[in-house]
Amino acid sequence: MSMDLSTTYLGLSLKNPIVPSASPLSHSLDGIKRLEDSGAAAIVMYSLFEEQIEHESAELEHYLSYGTESFAEALTYFPESDDYNLGPEEYVELLHKAKQSLGIPVIGSLNGISTGGWVRFAAKIEEAGADAIELNVYYIPTDPKLAGSDVEERYLDVLRAVKQAVKIPVAMKLSPFFSSMAGMAHRLDAAGVDGLVLFNRFYQPDIDLELLEVTPNVILSTPQALRLPLRWIAILHGRIKANLAATSGIHTTRDVLKMLMAGADVTMMCSELLKNGPGRIKEVLAELDQWMVEHEYTSVKQMKGSMSQKSIADPAAFERANYMKALNSYR
Amino acid sequence: MKRKMVTIDGNEAAAYVAHKLSEVIAIYPITPSSNMGEWADEWSAQGRKNLWGTVPSVTEMQSEGGAAGAVHGALQAGALSTTFTASQGLLLMIPNMFKIAGELTSTVFHVSARALAAQALSIFGDHSDVMATRSTGFAMLASNSVQEIMDNALIAQASTLEARVPFIHFFDGFRTSHEVMKIEQLTDEDMRAMIDDELVQAHRRRALSPDHPVLRGSAQNPDVYFQGRETVNPFYSACPDIVQKQMDKFAALTGRHYKLFEYVGSPTADRVLIIMGSGAEAAQETVEYLNAKGENIGLLKVRLFRPFAVNHFINALPPSVKKIAVLDRVKEPGGAGEPLYQDVLTAIVETLASHTAPFSSCPTVVGGRYGLSSKEFTPAMVKAVFDELKKETPKNHYTVGITDDVSHTSLVVDHTFTTESNDVVRALFFGLGADGTVGANKNSIKIIGEDTENYAQGYFVYDSKKSGSTTTSHLRFGPRPIHSTYLVSAANFVACHQWMFLERYDVLKAAVPGATFLLNSLYDQNEVWDKLPRHAQQEIIDKKIKFYVIDGYKVAQATGMGSRVNTIMQTCFFAISGVLPRDEAIEAIKKSIKKTYGKKGDTIVQQNYAAVDQTLANLFEVKVPSKVTSTIEMPPVVSAKAPAFVQKVTAPIMAGFGDDLPVSAMPVDGTYPTATAQWEKRNIALEIPVWDTTVCIQCNKCALVCPHASIRVKVFDPAALSGAPSTFKSMDYKGPEYKGVKYSVQVAPEDCTGCGLCVEFCPAKNKSETRLKAINMMPQPPLREQEKENFEFFLALPETDRRTVKVDTVKGSQFLQPLFEFSGACSGCGETPYIKLASQLFGDRMVIANATGCTSIYGGNLPTTPWAQNKEGRGPAWSNSLFEDNAEFGLGMRLTIDKHNQMARELVQSLASQIGDQLTQGLLNADQSTEAGIYEQRERVAALKQKLAATPSPEAKSLMSLADMLVKKSVWIMGGDGWAYDIGYGGLDHVLASGRNVNVLVLDTEVYSNTGGQMSKSTPRSAVAKFAAGGKPIAKKDLGMMAINYGYVYVAAVAMGSSDMQSIRAFVEAEAYDGPSLIIAYSHCIAHGIDMAKGMNNQRMAVESGHWPLYRYNPLLAKEGKNPFKLDSKPPKISFEDYAYMETRYKMLTKSNPEAAKDLMALAEGDAKRRVAKYEAMAQEAGKD
Repeated sequence: MSMDLSTTYLGLSLKNPIVPSASPLSHSLDGIKRLEDSGAAAIVMYSLFEEQIEHESAELEHYLSYGTESFAEALTYFPESDDYNLGPEEYVELLHKAKQSLGIPVIGSLNGISTGGWVRFAAKIEEAGADAIELNVYYIPTDPKLAGSDVEERYLDVLRAVKQAVKIPVAMKLSPFFSSMAGMAHRLDAAGVDGLVLFNRFYQPDIDLELLEVTPNVILSTPQALRLPLRWIAILHGRIKANLAATSGIHTTRDVLKMLMAGADVTMMCSELLKNGPGRIKEVLAELDQWMVEHEYTSVKQMKGSMSQKSIADPAAFERANYMKALNSYR
Repeated sequence: MKRKMVTIDGNEAAAYVAHKLSEVIAIYPITPSSNMGEWADEWSAQGRKNLWGTVPSVTEMQSEGGAAGAVHGALQAGALSTTFTASQGLLLMIPNMFKIAGELTSTVFHVSARALAAQALSIFGDHSDVMATRSTGFAMLASNSVQEIMDNALIAQASTLEARVPFIHFFDGFRTSHEVMKIEQLTDEDMRAMIDDELVQAHRRRALSPDHPVLRGSAQNPDVYFQGRETVNPFYSACPDIVQKQMDKFAALTGRHYKLFEYVGSPTADRVLIIMGSGAEAAQETVEYLNAKGENIGLLKVRLFRPFAVNHFINALPPSVKKIAVLDRVKEPGGAGEPLYQDVLTAIVETLASHTAPFSSCPTVVGGRYGLSSKEFTPAMVKAVFDELKKETPKNHYTVGITDDVSHTSLVVDHTFTTESNDVVRALFFGLGADGTVGANKNSIKIIGEDTENYAQGYFVYDSKKSGSTTTSHLRFGPRPIHSTYLVSAANFVACHQWMFLERYDVLKAAVPGATFLLNSLYDQNEVWDKLPRHAQQEIIDKKIKFYVIDGYKVAQATGMGSRVNTIMQTCFFAISGVLPRDEAIEAIKKSIKKTYGKKGDTIVQQNYAAVDQTLANLFEVKVPSKVTSTIEMPPVVSAKAPAFVQKVTAPIMAGFGDDLPVSAMPVDGTYPTATAQWEKRNIALEIPVWDTTVCIQCNKCALVCPHASIRVKVFDPAALSGAPSTFKSMDYKGPEYKGVKYSVQVAPEDCTGCGLCVEFCPAKNKSETRLKAINMMPQPPLREQEKENFEFFLALPETDRRTVKVDTVKGSQFLQPLFEFSGACSGCGETPYIKLASQLFGDRMVIANATGCTSIYGGNLPTTPWAQNKEGRGPAWSNSLFEDNAEFGLGMRLTIDKHNQMARELVQSLASQIGDQLTQGLLNADQSTEAGIYEQRERVAALKQKLAATPSPEAKSLMSLADMLVKKSVWIMGGDGWAYDIGYGGLDHVLASGRNVNVLVLDTEVYSNTGGQMSKSTPRSAVAKFAAGGKPIAKKDLGMMAINYGYVYVAAVAMGSSDMQSIRAFVEAEAYDGPSLIIAYSHCIAHGIDMAKGMNNQRMAVESGHWPLYRYNPLLAKEGKNPFKLDSKPPKISFEDYAYMETRYKMLTKSNPEAAKDLMALAEGDAKRRVAKYEAMAQEAGKD
């Protein structure tokens, strides 16, 4: 008998707990279909960046008009097009097409840090048929005068602005860099966030020693990255209303199991799929099923949160008390 | 029927009708007609259908000759076919035009008439081109205004179908082709009513078809050719009446009634002016004005010039006429008179002789010339002609509009005379190309034209520089149709969008008393007065000008508009000119913003809205004091050190007073001095590079890539530093070549365009602060005076002895003096670094044939030329013949040089006894393969000349005149890809095949850059260009491989941004090779839609993606048994896509047609891979003989 792998996330009934997170795999309809065919329970579309929304049209206008109306023989340099399919429109169009041809829920992803004009694209994403929106707040507060509370307020402002613009559920993908992660989660929860996606992996810059240049360097996640979200999901499970999605470092069935037990409603995979292809979802699901049979679990719901801080015998295991123990284990 | 009013220019009006009425269109870009082809191509790309419901096929050809041939073929095959052209392009069509007319084939060619290249090229309008075709058998129908263009395009098509005589429909280039006017747009119903489908089908029935085969285009002999030629007479006789019939039919439809010869003015006039083209509009305005003042004059507008309908003409003249002045917009040197004048005389004399003239005695008829190359033609000039006619013996063969102090042909003009009416708003705007002024004004005209009952006119004047160019916009709005086909010289609104113009131009010269002046100023309403130059204060007070200021930059910055103050200044114009109520105006501006920018995304719309909203709060009226207080004077145009010619001729042209130069000031044969750009200090850079000696590694790359020769390097004796300005920088030279010398990098602060290419290319980073390099951009104004002094000092330092320089290295080459400097090319141009490099390496013995295009414009457009001279007075000698013939032109130079060299050698041999054996042998056997060898030969030639001076024989005199030819000359044939791949390819191929020692440099921008980015055969697959709006579907032509096939042509593909060393080697090897050489140089370009400061990076990526592999094919290696083909670039590191999508030319297709972009990109990726694989295979081949 097949196990009951179903779960709910952002009010959506999902057939299993594996959701590919925002990545280049969802850049095309073909890619999205491949993810569905491989068994994904839902799709988080690639992210539409605030910069793309705000700057793409300005950039296009700049380059199409640069040098024009200056020299009598060359008053323009490009033919006029009837219409331009700019990034945001392209995104909305793809999402719409995905929604029409897929049977699983599609979650739009917006990546930004301000409450500016880009927020209106949340409504466009909703109009295009998205089942939910994931807000990826990628924010590096570099201003030394900026207080932590201001940073937190910014997250809340973005959430409120988007919640106001749409009726569909809104999840927020966060970084772990808050003084009080739990407090922040609580405030977002209070502000109406429907789900928290833990955690964002910032692209970390690197230095090219030959060119003396800072280079953006995308490094795929490793299984070790799992520990951080694991802890916080375990801590937050059962303490906030919002759903929890685990992301970062989920590569194997065991990782999925750990996250579910910690309290995640869904587990999001990215690096593993980029590296080994969408087919990995099918394998993980089969192994999950197998593991549950072997370990006599009947459903995902049954194990969800079973190892959360609230559920385990020693809640200190997720806290400072465990620190010494961990260090001692290396001796 | 109420028709739509549209505000468009003349080219669009012609293209609109032509596209509706054609099935096959063949095009080729040439100014000022290019836009017609562009419109047709864009509309077809968008799927716009013609009158018969099919999308016309639009094909770009390799030349106008090709376009005419394709049209001829299309017509023969039964299509309704057309083309658009001008000037030399029309001349290239002439052979086919004779054929098309000889075969009585219906077609209309739309021509924006333009001057022909004679003593100089000119892109501007006159009738030289169309008049050169008047014997082809084409009917010639002239349109005088934008409305007439739309109307006559239809009338011509209807007429040609019925008459079977082909038509040239022409109108004045720029003045009418580019004038924006509010006109009534013809409907499909109008066209259906005018075009008889039965005639279309008759045309089709005459087509060549194997189903009813005929032969056309036979060869005929003396027995019948003549008779055959006379068969067409009835068709030509019938043609004028057919045209008039169509004009009458058109009048019934639209209410606009045209005549073949249209008379305007007093029915009893004693003096009549006869003219055709846009000048007739100004003339009509003047005649009506003067008649209202009591004159008794008339005007005859000629519309159908060929076939010249004598009866229509003579009957259009008032019987009362006593004196006639004919004005031709063309010059026929050596003729008895210009064409229209001659036809008028013939018609009058013929009709008098046959007693069919309406008058019994012959009126006095005088002919004259006006308006060549868009020379202004104003009511004052029209009046001057009528005034001349008042004289008992008016001047014949006169000119008007210039001062001819040589042949004394010119009429005296009272320039204060004006016919401008007070109810017409006349506005003049001074802007920079880069600030968007023209675009905003075009929008304003549309707003007024389309949102009000007013008629509107806009005409725009650009300067001849491609960087930092200034624009003036001439706008008129009024309650009646506007006939003022001349610039605004009596403005009631003047706007100056850039502060710096105040010190360059007298912007208020055209302001009438009581006018309004709007200034974009960094200074507010309280400070601005004290900052104005004296002359501006004086004019504001004297003319009681209402003065407004706005800090447009501040508003632009605050609203994300950058340096584009266009929308802001436009809002100010509407706010203070009162053309529309403020609120309505603002609403209309916003509507127009949405229309203009909407498709490019909402952000840009919102930015513009914000700019509109913030403008009025920043607009202030200035309280004008009653006294002039300023001591700021306009600086002299050129330095007092400039040579006499520059002072007398060049400087007035620079200052905008070229119109005032008399005939005597101009060289008689188009010969101009070089080294003049140095006197034109344009000061257009906001920031200039500043050298940091602590970081510099002395690589000289900054000097190499500088497109404008504005950053220079020298090594010199430390003693030379005595007397150096205190801020002059130098450091010890580090290289092994020169010991104990100093090294300097110096910027020409007033010539630099601030492109930043040097900083981007500089490889030396500050180790403590890596954002800084060995040169860094800093604001120019505070550095200007100091660096000006430093640059002067630098120039005075001795040039490096060429004999000591390692010319084949990056570093060495840059110690050679550039003899191409401060061109007006685009800021950051990708072509000029190569040209400058050639000038450094070979400039002192270089002769250049330059194809028409960007290179010829920044190389030879007045007022100045960047081609320079060294202190010995040597430097490149340069000439531009045409677009299509450049290779042949250069070969001709080589043939002469070789012949003269041979003659000189023969003379040296025959005079050996007088010259002396040692010198003779030295001269004849000189090794000139090095700079030292050339130096020594020059010394020998000097010695030879000394000897010859003392020898009076004819042979000695002859040798004296040829002696310089004993020194090696370097012939360079330069041009762009439009020339080399397309229009000039046949000639280029022949010249390469000739085996002669010429060096061909193709500045390959992969597009026709000079005419605004049309596709060439060099355009890569998937790139968007004009005429390839949907992305170029086929692969780029491999010109290099075609030349390599000969086996004896040196061929190199270079990209300086990828390997500067390889570029230099290629130049040196190509020049050294005693045979034909071809260098194809990747040149980034403004038409690629890139950040020009990073152009060299784009070059590198082009190479790294496999799009532009670097190679050298040296036939000499084959002779040594080695593989002549050397692939100089490494295997691709990135995909073609990664490179391509850095550039708007590729990226925009992903926005306009994502699916096509994907498909084409995949094919283009394959093109790059195949090319690399082919080259790699060639490079691996073993050596061969």
